[in-house]
Amino acid sequence: MAGSVPNGLTRPEVEAGWLAAVGLYLANQITALGALVVRAVTELGSFVLFCLRTGRWLMFRLPPWETLMPNFYQIGVRSLLVVGLTGTFTGMVIAVQSYAQFRMLNLETRLGAVINLALVRELGPVLAATMLAGRVGSAMAAQLGTMRITEQIDALAALGTNPIHYLVVPRFWACVVLIPMLTLVADFMGILGGAFYSIYLLGIDYHHYLQNSREFVTLFDLWVGVSKSFFFGAAIALIACHRGFHCGPGAEGVGRAATSAFVACFVTILLLDLVLGIILKGIEVALWPEGPRIL
Amino acid sequence: MAGGTQNPLSHASSPPASPVPGPKPAETLPPERPLIEMDRLWVGFEGLWVLRDIHLQVPRGQTLAILGESGCGKTVLLKTLIGLVRPSRGKVYFDGLDLTRLGEKELTRLRRRIGFVFQQAALFDSMSVYENVAFPLRQHTDKPEEEIRDIVLARLAEVGLSPKVLTKYPAELSGGMRKRVGLARALVLEPEVILYDEPTTGLDPIMSDVINELILQTRQCHPVTSIVVTHDMRTAQKTADRVVMLYPLARLGPRETQILYDGPPDQMEKSSDPRVRDFVRGEATQRLLEIRTGQTEE
Repeated sequence: MAGSVPNGLTRPEVEAGWLAAVGLYLANQITALGALVVRAVTELGSFVLFCLRTGRWLMFRLPPWETLMPNFYQIGVRSLLVVGLTGTFTGMVIAVQSYAQFRMLNLETRLGAVINLALVRELGPVLAATMLAGRVGSAMAAQLGTMRITEQIDALAALGTNPIHYLVVPRFWACVVLIPMLTLVADFMGILGGAFYSIYLLGIDYHHYLQNSREFVTLFDLWVGVSKSFFFGAAIALIACHRGFHCGPGAEGVGRAATSAFVACFVTILLLDLVLGIILKGIEVALWPEGPRIL
Repeated sequence: MAGGTQNPLSHASSPPASPVPGPKPAETLPPERPLIEMDRLWVGFEGLWVLRDIHLQVPRGQTLAILGESGCGKTVLLKTLIGLVRPSRGKVYFDGLDLTRLGEKELTRLRRRIGFVFQQAALFDSMSVYENVAFPLRQHTDKPEEEIRDIVLARLAEVGLSPKVLTKYPAELSGGMRKRVGLARALVLEPEVILYDEPTTGLDPIMSDVINELILQTRQCHPVTSIVVTHDMRTAQKTADRVVMLYPLARLGPRETQILYDGPPDQMEKSSDPRVRDFVRGEATQRLLEIRTGQTEE
């Protein structure tokens, strides 16, 4: 028979079947995409509501001292070493990577300016916040997630204590106050690490190195870095606490909350860094149209 | 269907039919408003209904046991009563206040009038037993620490725990001890209502009986209204004045009521509904029939 294929079907029948299969595949893909969009919008809505509820408690009532202090200790004191190490090695690595190029131009004494500027404006805040998103953000999400699945958050509410006020607000304050301070520690250790490597290991003249470092890094640069870290701190606290509060059941749910908290914090830090970088650069250009001079 | 639905409330609230002329309407005391009332309550999660058209009233001072198989919505019902779960439809009234209309702050304040004993006790694992029991007092009262200590010790003594446990952490306690600390914590603000979520689940028979006795003792010592969610018939029979039995929606017909039984515990076995009689006897006749005929949600 003309147009027949080996399994006994005519070619139009085969083509119709093939088209139906493609149509079904596309319909499934569109359905999956729709479900993904709905989930993303729901998640975003839930996060915005969570932020609004936290904001309301932040404005109206300070948390008790006994809930603030343990969080300040956990987030601030216990992160000092890891943040200091991050800053130190970052400073050293910039020195290692930049030295050869600056040496070729006979500008190695300007290395300090580059290291310090990069650290104070960009790498110090971003790397400290990333490190803290891993150390503090994941821990907060896991802790609150465990409290959620063992009904401790429900117990707080049942005892007439608002869980947002008791659990989220102290963590928010601790992150917003201490992450900028830890950023300053990372900056300081990075500057020390860079100077140590440049002066003692690469043999750059310390007088010119320090002179150039002082000349090109201004208080505005420091302000840029620290102001970014306020936003990073707020983002880490809100994202991690939201993930913990909306943790899925079981050990898997807690693990997923901790991992997703870190990933979401990391992506948000990078996004905020770009947005704040553009805004702060605009402010800088408006204030000093000539701009800084390094080389 | 609702076999044996002898609702004590309907009798309690209606005036006696007597030919003897009674007092004038103006002098008649109005029937006491139930402390807790659920009116056409529907609760669902992600498109699945867990509770359907529940209507229930709990008068002041009553001990109500809510019975039913796992997954029938008992705990959801209990959590809806203190606003931990928001109903999809319907109203929940506590002492005349509509919980569904209360804001976060009002709801938080209202919850101090209700004690909740969680299934796994839900003790704060970063706090010692003393700190757990003292927590509501520290949060909501200005009492000095000495007075708080006295109250904590008294509450722990009430549930049969010695001061030796004060410094222990929840991870160091047995299941029974954890539940008793949970009960002491729920009692510490002297609530008007105590909600028990599966108080005897996971305990040996002796400890289960200890908990049952504590529920009875709590009622004798404090003027409380209690709701006990359980699937333990012994707990229901020993502690409750009234039993309500729920049935999983997934196995109910669209026109069937979710409350299969509402009445005194000793009348359950005489219910006309075989599902209620099976539950009382612990027999799976109906359930096995459903599984064999494929009428099951699994």
